[in-house]
Amino acid sequence: MEQIKSPTELEELRQGILTQRDPHKRYITLCSGSACHASESKLVAEGIEEEIRRQGLGAEVEVRRTGCHGFCERGPVVVLHPEGTCYLQVKPEDAPELVAQVKENKVIERLLYTDHATGEKIALESEIPFYKNQQRILFGSNSNIDPKSIDDYLAIGGYAALAKALSQMTPEQVVREIKKSSLRGRGGAGFPTGIKWEGSRNAPGETKYVIVNADEGDPGAYMDRALLEGNPHSVLEGLTIGAYAIGSHEGYIYVRQEYPLAVENVGIAIKQAERYGFLGKNILGSGFDFTVKVHRGAGAFVCGESSALMTALEGKPGEPRSKYIRSNIKGLWERPSVLNNVETWANVPLIIDNGADWFTQFGTETSKGTKIFSLVGKIANTGLVEVPMGITVRDIVFKIGGGIPGGKKFKAVQTGGPSGGCLPEKLLDLQVGYDELTRAGSMMGSGGMIVMDEDTCMVDIARYFLDFLADESCGKCVPCREGIRQMLKILTNITEGKGKEGDIELLQELCEVAKEASLCALGTSAPNPVQSTLQHFRDEYEAHIKEKRCPALSCKELIAYHIDPDKCQACMICARNCPSEAILGGRNKIHIIEQEKCTKCGTCLDVCPARFSAVTKISGQPVPLPLPEEERTVVRKAKEVGVS
Amino acid sequence: MDIERVDRIIDKHRGEARALIQILLEIQSDNRWLPKEALTRVSERLQVPMTRVQHIATFYKAFSTVPKGRHEVHVCMGTACHVRGAQRVLDKVQDATGIQPGETDSDLRFSLEIVNCLGCCALGPVMEIDGKTHGRMSPAATVEALNDYE
Amino acid sequence: MDEGMKNMSKILLKIDGKDVEAREGMTILEAAQSAGIDIPTLCHHEKLEPYGACRLCNVEVEMRGGTKLVAACLYPVEQQLTVRTRSEKVDRIRKMILQLLLAHAPNSRELQRLGNEYGADKDRFEKESSFCINCGLCVRYCAEVKKLNAVGFVSRGATREISFVPEIAARECDQCKECFPLCPTEALQAAYVLAEALASFSPSFGLESKA
Repeated sequence: MEQIKSPTELEELRQGILTQRDPHKRYITLCSGSACHASESKLVAEGIEEEIRRQGLGAEVEVRRTGCHGFCERGPVVVLHPEGTCYLQVKPEDAPELVAQVKENKVIERLLYTDHATGEKIALESEIPFYKNQQRILFGSNSNIDPKSIDDYLAIGGYAALAKALSQMTPEQVVREIKKSSLRGRGGAGFPTGIKWEGSRNAPGETKYVIVNADEGDPGAYMDRALLEGNPHSVLEGLTIGAYAIGSHEGYIYVRQEYPLAVENVGIAIKQAERYGFLGKNILGSGFDFTVKVHRGAGAFVCGESSALMTALEGKPGEPRSKYIRSNIKGLWERPSVLNNVETWANVPLIIDNGADWFTQFGTETSKGTKIFSLVGKIANTGLVEVPMGITVRDIVFKIGGGIPGGKKFKAVQTGGPSGGCLPEKLLDLQVGYDELTRAGSMMGSGGMIVMDEDTCMVDIARYFLDFLADESCGKCVPCREGIRQMLKILTNITEGKGKEGDIELLQELCEVAKEASLCALGTSAPNPVQSTLQHFRDEYEAHIKEKRCPALSCKELIAYHIDPDKCQACMICARNCPSEAILGGRNKIHIIEQEKCTKCGTCLDVCPARFSAVTKISGQPVPLPLPEEERTVVRKAKEVGVS
Repeated sequence: MDIERVDRIIDKHRGEARALIQILLEIQSDNRWLPKEALTRVSERLQVPMTRVQHIATFYKAFSTVPKGRHEVHVCMGTACHVRGAQRVLDKVQDATGIQPGETDSDLRFSLEIVNCLGCCALGPVMEIDGKTHGRMSPAATVEALNDYE
Repeated sequence: MDEGMKNMSKILLKIDGKDVEAREGMTILEAAQSAGIDIPTLCHHEKLEPYGACRLCNVEVEMRGGTKLVAACLYPVEQQLTVRTRSEKVDRIRKMILQLLLAHAPNSRELQRLGNEYGADKDRFEKESSFCINCGLCVRYCAEVKKLNAVGFVSRGATREISFVPEIAARECDQCKECFPLCPTEALQAAYVLAEALASFSPSFGLESKA
């Protein structure tokens, strides 16, 4: 491969790729992101490829293993192109039929999406409610390109934005365009990207750095991984444009080593880009030089914080530095350094390509463009969703997410990860945007959206996040290290029924100290999970403290399992499955849980047949005494039950 | 772990101090834990104080300064898994293996770790054994899965 | 530096209502000290790089119409900056920080003195097992002044602690021990951790009589 030396040569190359590709040729895309990988998508892909060979369709159909399509709940996802038929939860054994039907131009009904309201089958991907209500300007390409193929990226217009920036725009014009787009950082605080770039551009010094923050650490958020795994060139292209804009010749991608596929794909992409001349010396004949290195993060949530990440890049423990001088002025090795999140960088080529005015048509007054959310937890359609800023939380949870499974009641959405907060039902109509979420006591963060239902205890959620932070704090400054330690103790006590009068007030005092006096954003935002649950769910705290009752029936120390004697049909299933042998009972004898032996693992509740539903959880009241021995003979419900 | 293997990894990074974390990651993946001699060697060759090497080896989650069991069990405690009952799964694993997160049993059969998010939220609660994902875990299914690993 | 340069880098600010003259590059803490204004610190030492860990030196600065808490040991002086080293909020936060630290080292005279000044209750929190308040004075002094790196930090978060490298400690610490008197918890933890490290390295090394 000859290096491409000008925008014209790039266009010629692109035309060449497109001519070689028959627009009418069928191709099958298959999600091969990490989540689908866990659901055996590799075997599905191999099965389909094998079948294509076996049925002699090699010339007519090709298979493309793509990145994450987003609909993880129903993965592996297979889409037939060009028509767009979408098959869900495809298994390796479906391969022969799938390939045969492609040949016959028929649709396999049982693999289609079924609308749970109407029962109607939906064949086209674009018609499935999960996709229909999204705005996938960033994430849409993921389902169409093989992340290991630079040609796939070039075929959809890849690196055109870089060529445009280098050949038609001055660095200042690039900065101006990004400023005009009002793009804000997608990783946390939402700092305006253009202003950050401008600061670095104007900062004195020859050596400057650009960095991709792919140290995605929020538990329950994986959109950056999906972007980096599925479309690494878009991030590289954005980074290179940013480097040109601020005058940097050296870039880093800081990616968690827990994301091996992302590390692999971005490594391949860098090599390809170097070979084609999109990285290296004299890029596209412009005279601009830029190289990129990958640094694998060794596992520390705090390294998502910019100064800690830079310290880690220098080969040190990731302890944050004071930011009274911003890192875009004095960052990595004390040089001006622009650090942006994966999703922020991936937006850059789109803005340069289509212009700031195109970008600002999406979103609200202060939050422009789209945002990818990781919609997880107690939600029917777990997955990655890209929506325009300004959409309501309700639309995301119910229209796209399909609501809460199992007929349960919605309780809250947690956004912003461990630094964020919970939005209760009354805030469901909140428009999603940086300032809107902050005003509601939460934050955008990197885009985690964890849905909670009536079974989720909000005190336990606060305890959970503080437990996470106690381990993930770097431990350097007192308000964060010691404040979190004490808050966690108090919260643990409350969930274990050892809460006392004054605990809530002490929590609030500790929150103030951590928020006001901590060294970095991990500490200053650590109180958010406590404060937001206290704000919206104070009654749950009080029930735990005053009545020793967990309203969600979730805190182990405050609940007991009980078998309702009127409902138990003595089927023996719970008794056989109980790992602690805590269930007394025999044939035709109503079962009884020996409370002192019970470890509250919940297995009895899981296995009790739904038609009996005899096992219940109780909290805040004494467990009813077992029936006297002589009254335990079961009264069978009329013919519903066979003899066990 | 023999010192030549450590040296080879160090040489690959031209003995640069700034590559310290990358070097330790490679030693970790090669040897599955970081023995004291390896850390000492890295400290000497990179001319980085041992105090810093130790801090890094104990600061980042990827590193272990004690030997690992034959099978590495990771229970995901990400928020999505948490609200779907990951704690019950973890309780059961602890029960079945007799070890706490961060520990290895005396037979060196299992090492148990909790991880923050495996990014397979649709399959939660998730447990990973030697890199293989086990999704939609219940306490009972946990024990069955563990039994497959000797 | 000639006179002209000095004048150019002169910075005027107000600390607790008093006009203070400082040089560019100084921190609020240095400026305050030069004017005889006391700001409490635990992790600060003039021979060491500012660290900003104890956060006891938090002061209020006026900014964009409001006030903001900053660490005086790190925050660089600015022209016309208005600083308050005591206020209801500053005192409240210092009191809580001291209470958090007293849970580790209730008998430290330094902490008790500050605790009295700020009304801290040393029994506000349950006693913690480690005396160490992670100020890092021993670690940084050993690295920055002595250049020995015999003691460092290990782990992170709530389990972060100091640890001696036995090989270096056995060689160097007996003659030195300059870090002991720096410790705001009066060396209890450093002595203990050092003894532990040496025991693991050479059981015959006696420490008790010298510590």
